[in-house]
Amino acid sequence: MGKYSEEYFRNVAVCELNPEDLKSLGISPGQNVKITTKTGSVVVKSAIASQVSQRGIIFMPYGPWVNMVIASETHGTGMPSMKGVEAEVTGAADEKILDLQTLVKEIAKEA
Amino acid sequence: MTKLPKTVIPNVICTFCGSTCDDLQVTVEDGKVLSVRSGCSSSLSKYLNYSAERYNSPRVRKNGELHEATYDDAVCRSAEILANAKYPLLYGWSSTSNEASRAGIELAEWVGGVIDNTTTVCHGPTLLGVHDVGEVTATLGEIVHRADLVIYWGSNPVHSHPHHIMRYTSMSTGRFRLSKKNRTMVVVDVRKTDTAKLADQFIQITPNGDYELMCALRMAARGDELEQDVISGVPAERIEELADLMISCEFGVIFFGLGLTMTEGRHRNVDVALSLVQDLNARTKFLIMPMRGHFNVAGANEVSAWVTGYPYAVDLSQGYPRYNPGDTTAIDVLARGDCDAALVVASDPVANFPVNASRHLAKIPVITIDPHPSATTPISEVVFPSTVVGVETGGCIYRMDGVAEMTKPVVAPPPGLRSDVEILRDILAHVKKLKAVQ
Repeated sequence: MGKYSEEYFRNVAVCELNPEDLKSLGISPGQNVKITTKTGSVVVKSAIASQVSQRGIIFMPYGPWVNMVIASETHGTGMPSMKGVEAEVTGAADEKILDLQTLVKEIAKEA
Repeated sequence: MTKLPKTVIPNVICTFCGSTCDDLQVTVEDGKVLSVRSGCSSSLSKYLNYSAERYNSPRVRKNGELHEATYDDAVCRSAEILANAKYPLLYGWSSTSNEASRAGIELAEWVGGVIDNTTTVCHGPTLLGVHDVGEVTATLGEIVHRADLVIYWGSNPVHSHPHHIMRYTSMSTGRFRLSKKNRTMVVVDVRKTDTAKLADQFIQITPNGDYELMCALRMAARGDELEQDVISGVPAERIEELADLMISCEFGVIFFGLGLTMTEGRHRNVDVALSLVQDLNARTKFLIMPMRGHFNVAGANEVSAWVTGYPYAVDLSQGYPRYNPGDTTAIDVLARGDCDAALVVASDPVANFPVNASRHLAKIPVITIDPHPSATTPISEVVFPSTVVGVETGGCIYRMDGVAEMTKPVVAPPPGLRSDVEILRDILAHVKKLKAVQ
């Protein structure tokens, strides 16, 4: 699947959560959510974790959306922390998920 | 026009993940891939969709927009950018051939700057661990025939390397291990992945808890008493049981993924995993191997190591190779804003790098060589569409265990498209001319 395909967007611009966490946050599966870390925030679609996650753990596929909230600090190793990152999840039903073209434009605009 | 006959090509090497399975049967008709047998979902997707979303000619930016350009114009512009740059970054190399990596390193030697491959955001910490401790390893063939204990740690091959378990480990048929019944499979992960669901034992650990758990396993394997009741979310008795299982197997192996390299501890997680395996070899036979992701990321490391002495993150700006991960690695070079141009080959850093690193890429002239449009394409100054290695172009690659394989094209490339190697050599030839004038 190409990076600009609908399938890539559907599979990568998502955040998988434990169903109990979704319930306690008052978010229905498929609703847009905002993920915020110390680096920034990004809006993606929520989903019930397809592979069982314990409460408090979210999963986002590697790609341009999750990288909006990943810090570039490598602690002298060359490798940023791309897993085990603290994040806050909030409902964002009224906010839009940026498609890849728009997301790249935003990155270039802020450059 | 007469149609070309249907041909079935056996034993095609899949150029998707680091498993590089060599048992695909690709049916080609009229110059197109019609069907693929024996492939996993990833290889099917690759071989059936390689021709979708392609550019048929290079693009060069003029007045802020990318426009179609002749090949020669694109080569000239690229050479100018690289020859005039003070500290360019040459990045990618893991989804192309060893020949392309070799050409890239020669180009890097001419233009100075840093050449880094995707290892940097993948198993870079693994290589740092290996530098410190060393690695007890073997080819996957040995593991197929002999392994009776297989541990996947922070790795989810059902999705990342879909045929790994079937071809090389728990579900493969080996000379001395005939079936799944003769092997034990353990998965250690922070969540119950689809791989964990196939395992005989699943050990769930807390995020960033790998180092402590691995240390506890080393202690238990040496017979030391664990002083805490629960370590990284795992009860002490469970750790002791796993240590016993490891000591008592005949031939064990740990395959580890980015669960060790991308979390807190990074290369220290790998250090302790490699040390655990060294300890275990005093009691039994035990191996360890990283689950390399891209089909030729191992090759990118090997070529870089045999040409420059270092496997990735090589700084050639002083006229000799310098290697200092954390300083000469792509993310650090970009985040500091050090590089003033970039060449991206067979990779998509804007999709895969943290946003701060991508922002710097958007500020500098970028040349992209890739078969398909990527998230890096729109910020590029020059875009070369290239042929797909293993589908339209041959070349040597290294499997995750370091076994060299020669890929061959199964179809002809679209007219006018060139391979990564040809494009890089043409840019290099032009750079040499410009440097001679300078």
